[in-house]
Amino acid sequence: MIPKQFCKLLTREGYGRLLFYDWRYLDGEKPNPDFVLNWPRYRGASILLARTNFGCGSSREHAPWGVLDYGFRVVIAPSFGDIFYNNCFKNGILPVTLSDAQVDDLFERAEQREGYRLTADLPSQTLADEIGLNLSFEIDPFRKMVLLKGLDDIGLSLQHEAEIDAYEARRKPSVTMYDPVDVKVSKTAK
Amino acid sequence: MRPRTMYEKIWDAHVVHEAPGQPALIYVDRHLVHEGTSPQAFAGLKTAGRKVRRPELTFAVMDHSVPTKDRHLPILDKDAASQFEALARNCRETGVRLFDMHSGNQGIVHIIGPELGITQPGQTIVCGDSHTSTHGAFGTLAFGIGTSEIEHVLATQCLSQFRSKTMHILVHGERKSGVTAKDIILHIIGELGVDAGSGYVFEYGGKAIRALSMEGRMTVCNMSIEGGARAGMAAPDDTTFAYMEGRPFVPRGKDFQQAVQQWKSIASDPGAVYDKTVEFDAGKIAPQVTWGTNPGMVTDVTGRVPDPSQISDPDEHKAVIRALEYMGLRPGTPIVEISLDRVFIGSCTNSRIEDLRAAAQVADGKRVARTIKQAMVVPGSRVVKAQAEKEGLDKIFTDAGFDWRDAGCSMCIGMNPDVLPSGERCASTSNRNFEGRQGKGGRTHLVSPIMAAAAAIAGHFVDIREWGVEATE
Repeated sequence: MIPKQFCKLLTREGYGRLLFYDWRYLDGEKPNPDFVLNWPRYRGASILLARTNFGCGSSREHAPWGVLDYGFRVVIAPSFGDIFYNNCFKNGILPVTLSDAQVDDLFERAEQREGYRLTADLPSQTLADEIGLNLSFEIDPFRKMVLLKGLDDIGLSLQHEAEIDAYEARRKPSVTMYDPVDVKVSKTAK
Repeated sequence: MRPRTMYEKIWDAHVVHEAPGQPALIYVDRHLVHEGTSPQAFAGLKTAGRKVRRPELTFAVMDHSVPTKDRHLPILDKDAASQFEALARNCRETGVRLFDMHSGNQGIVHIIGPELGITQPGQTIVCGDSHTSTHGAFGTLAFGIGTSEIEHVLATQCLSQFRSKTMHILVHGERKSGVTAKDIILHIIGELGVDAGSGYVFEYGGKAIRALSMEGRMTVCNMSIEGGARAGMAAPDDTTFAYMEGRPFVPRGKDFQQAVQQWKSIASDPGAVYDKTVEFDAGKIAPQVTWGTNPGMVTDVTGRVPDPSQISDPDEHKAVIRALEYMGLRPGTPIVEISLDRVFIGSCTNSRIEDLRAAAQVADGKRVARTIKQAMVVPGSRVVKAQAEKEGLDKIFTDAGFDWRDAGCSMCIGMNPDVLPSGERCASTSNRNFEGRQGKGGRTHLVSPIMAAAAAIAGHFVDIREWGVEATE
């Protein structure tokens, strides 16, 4: 989704231009007219329709950063790579899993009508268009709540700080180096 | 108590908080970071005014973007140089231990964790890299996480996780000579498909897995993610304990004996229930070669490139046509007639000392074919490199015409100067043959180290079994 030569940036922003880079551009970053996202009818799209095992492989969050920065808020596919699926929620993207037949139907609808509009409604867990489609989709209730409220994962977990303290007091997780190794450790370290 | 799987035991031992309908908060024993996916996590932490909770449980290493030669020279790639600076600064500011690119213990993050004894049975281990599943070979629950999760672990030493399902993958029987751990896992992925493991943790078992060395088990667990599973694991046993004893972070003497007793209790209980079980016969597995653009597009070395006209499933038909076009392959071509431009022996899948010994055994006294533009051997760590040099393996490789390099991710990933040029074909011991993985337009065939070494010498794929090479990992 984002070729690795672009994964060396130190920020979370600016990956929209790089999304699907090798497919989207010809040499010299000229838009490839054969690539679907470059077709005028799909300009400004905010829902990405995809196929099986979308986002498989890497743990790199550059992929969802690119999806979001490009302008997509929803990704629909028959299945997702686990890590990508997880990373979507951390970035305010809604991944929707539908059956193969449902995804086929959506592809057909989008291909047949220029300017096709699809609405994803997370509170009611439905997808609807202007020509009679009305589908419901499954999503874990906790993940739905986190997306809708825009909650900060770390903040949520830190509500359980006392339990983390208790776990550490009980299990005493630690590291001991028995033989020296060639490692740098700052003096500020505990 | 009802019998539990290894996954359930490790999970249960690490639950910090659990409530119905919510992900559990799981304690992380070891957090590994590298320069590629961590800068935004450290930056996010700083912006939010948060501290690293337990810096001593995190280890950092430079591996993805490091050059594998002339490392004493300045880094020409400015983006890579800023990644290195950022990691060094972040470690300095937070007290996280760092193996920088000049450390004698530097290497690929999934090579050095086990090598130094940082990885120990029963632990939870995470890293911002999908091949973290490698550490599962020691009976750990180890998986890749995204950058937001890295930040979460730095701040809380915990992760918010839903329970996974478990799949027991049993490999019975004995491997034939010339068939390696890499062939076992490629065969499994080829049979199950690249998304079969989605939502699952794999546990590998059976006689053929038990017979593997730790290096071999790491190769198998490493590629779990290529079968869609975030984690893969194998029960710790005497092979595991023998590998671990004496490593820098492993307890000594009586403490070691005590630890071993505890580690022995981690294996799944007899009668433990898995969500799914699949079985294979190692005796029927041949050396494997991928022909397409995902690791499931694989066949026996005696096989042929598939013919899309014989595939009835419309999606698969389309996928095969597209893959063959990208790979520049004609349907029906025998695998052994595929000629190569380059050979890469390395990566977190296959760059341990056993891998290099096996490849050297094939290369010994032979010459890389004239048609091969480059054949490189990249040790997984500087410790592996030093050991190989002590054994004279570097000499065997260089005498045969291979490049002998410094440790790092190298051409597996194409984030550093080692890139596969567009249109060129490479036999690679790495883990992914996705479009553009080793370099834009590069064509990757995944194989074992002995198959890669033989391909370098012949200039095309060969059935290593015909060369009379003894079975190795």
